[in-house]
Amino acid sequence: MNFRRFGISLIAPLLGVVISVAVTSVILVAINANVGDVFSSMIRYGTSPRAMTLILNLATTYFLSALAVAIGFKMNLFNIGVNGQYVLGAVAAGAVAGALTLPKIPSVIITILVAMVVGAAWAGIAAWLKVARGVSEVISTIMLNFIAIAIISYVIVRTSVGHETSLNVRGTKEIAESGMLRGLALLDEGTKIYGFFFISIFIGIAYWFILNRTRFGYDLRATGHSASAARTSGIDARRMTVVTMLLSGAIAGLVGLPYLLGEAASYNLNFPTDWGFTGIAIALLGRNNPVGIAVGALLWAFLDVASGQLILEGIPREITTIMQGLIVIVVVISYEIVRRRQLTTEQTRVAKALEAQGVSA
Amino acid sequence: MNIMRQQRLLGIFGVAIAILSITRTFTHNPDLTSAVTVSQALGFAVPIGLAGLAGIWSERAGVVNIGLEGMMILGTFGAGWAGYQWGAWAGLLAGIVMGAFGGLLLAIASVTFGVDQIIAGTAVNLLATGLTKFLAILLFTDVVGGGQAQSPPIKGTLPSFTIEAISSPLIALHAKDIFIVSDVAGVVAGLFFHLSILTVITVALFVFTAWLLWKTRFGLRLRSAGENPWAADSLGVNVNRYKYMAVTFSGLLAGLGGAYLAIAATIYRNGQTAGRGFIGLATMIFGNWRPGGTGAGAIMFGYIDTLRLIDSDNKNVRGLILLGALVLFVIAAAMIRTSRRATGIGFLLLGGVMIGGFMAASNFPPEVAQVAPYITTLLVLATASQNLRPPAADGVPFRKGEGH
Repeated sequence: MNFRRFGISLIAPLLGVVISVAVTSVILVAINANVGDVFSSMIRYGTSPRAMTLILNLATTYFLSALAVAIGFKMNLFNIGVNGQYVLGAVAAGAVAGALTLPKIPSVIITILVAMVVGAAWAGIAAWLKVARGVSEVISTIMLNFIAIAIISYVIVRTSVGHETSLNVRGTKEIAESGMLRGLALLDEGTKIYGFFFISIFIGIAYWFILNRTRFGYDLRATGHSASAARTSGIDARRMTVVTMLLSGAIAGLVGLPYLLGEAASYNLNFPTDWGFTGIAIALLGRNNPVGIAVGALLWAFLDVASGQLILEGIPREITTIMQGLIVIVVVISYEIVRRRQLTTEQTRVAKALEAQGVSA
Repeated sequence: MNIMRQQRLLGIFGVAIAILSITRTFTHNPDLTSAVTVSQALGFAVPIGLAGLAGIWSERAGVVNIGLEGMMILGTFGAGWAGYQWGAWAGLLAGIVMGAFGGLLLAIASVTFGVDQIIAGTAVNLLATGLTKFLAILLFTDVVGGGQAQSPPIKGTLPSFTIEAISSPLIALHAKDIFIVSDVAGVVAGLFFHLSILTVITVALFVFTAWLLWKTRFGLRLRSAGENPWAADSLGVNVNRYKYMAVTFSGLLAGLGGAYLAIAATIYRNGQTAGRGFIGLATMIFGNWRPGGTGAGAIMFGYIDTLRLIDSDNKNVRGLILLGALVLFVIAAAMIRTSRRATGIGFLLLGGVMIGGFMAASNFPPEVAQVAPYITTLLVLATASQNLRPPAADGVPFRKGEGH
């Protein structure tokens, strides 16, 4: 491990947090709130066992979403379509799981597979458009997101897949207890850590392993660094695009499952539909590294959960959304500055070395 | 404008009217070409068109603008905040300023700091959503008529005109149900029926953009920043300054589009833009990064939106399906003639399937119309990519003194 590089990669996120806390403090002062009280109450609540459980659960969702985005980023593919992929995956998984009457393990495995296949298929459309027709995946996935939302509202409102659920909104048929993964109450007696929390740790390890320890991962990173160099060395870039997009979609398909199987039991019309964008932000914070993403997901989830406490202080909880936006902007800007600085240092170093050897530039 | 282009435009207009007329006759649905529909479609086209025009400004200078949605959101908020206090015109102004601020933010991140443009745009969207929700709670909750997620009603509206002398006789003619004649009457009447001043301003902005970007030295320089910034730089163009101006003006236009939405609804609401910034982006692509095509795309998407929303007896969406199939047939014929046979036959088949659906079912869910703009964009991208020509350096970061 190169400690210098490690240190540099920490500067940006720390800067992001510091600046966003500073700006938030200014806003809080401007609206006559007690800055110290606000942050201490967020931290006090955020470290209670119940809140920590909620944070882990939400972070699980964010982690998966960010991984799906990150695997594309590694290859310079922008999968903006995680939203569409996960809502379709979750609806299909919810409908299938609701119809199953199997023991827990086969039922959950089938549910997971359905979600992954549907997510991958939806991403596959964008992959095909890119490879066969040269359509930018940024635009096609944005369009596919809107189409997915419309499909879901159609399926749930107008077909027999949708039922009146106990919450008085239409949704897929509720999944039987045997099909759920409610998880374990490890930290807090009343709240369980989703079963998917543990599965997502495994997925994170698999992501790291595939990217860093397999031929495929090497090809993927090589294509991301330089598509032309990769092509010259015999990597089929089109195939890589398709496979990466399908993998990204398959992981994206899982994003809705922690909540679906851990709590909701039914995909209804109130199911959140914007976790994909959160994933983009967190993948950027974590620099596509699974550990970095995990930290970013926890930070994001902490802000989301702890913000619920702000209402008691008489402050809109959306202040944390502003914090999140600021963190992202500051972090991407500082990463870019650091990258440029490194590039110049590197160039100077090489130039000096050449000079020392008597080679003139 | 040269004569060939004029003839082509007239030809397209004629075919469009003929298709509309055939569809209206077949579906017995006068709504398809009524003055009310056309007038509303123009209204719906305004925010989409402004977002598309905003996209043109930014991308012509080489900055991909995914942040249009966020800038529109800022525009809706500005209009709500200033509008409930000082009236619609003040709201419009505040919306413009807020939108331009969003554009400036994108310019700072992507031009000065060289952050990837798509990432910067996504960040603008996140920040705009958070900021407006936060400010809405802070500024609207305790005001009479306001709420946590909406502003108090905006005072007054923008003026709109109806020229009775033209519209009334034409509306009467439309009611007579004469093939082609009634449809032309309906469409023309729609142009003089509740025409908002902002529709006029929008059309003027389109003409202004077409002139400024394609006929002036300023425009040439701005576009050169999007085509080949290195060459432009070597000729002494201050590329980054042009990018700044373009992206900020892009935000201004998107903000204007957002402000229009809020003022038309006489209120600001969270989530009011409902993805129109992204539809604007789609419209820009549909229009091949040019004002004329983008304007036409906006009117088309606005028309589809209108038919979906005024669909009282579930007939309009079915009409749209027939309409779409006929359009596909015309395009297919043109393609087969110009020896793009495979795509042409594909379109023919798709049109056939739609006709089949039209015959088989008596009504369709509104979701079909809801996805039409997105599917159209995907179809255009997938089949016409060799005719589409985005700016060559669109999305490529430019650093002075660095090669590429």
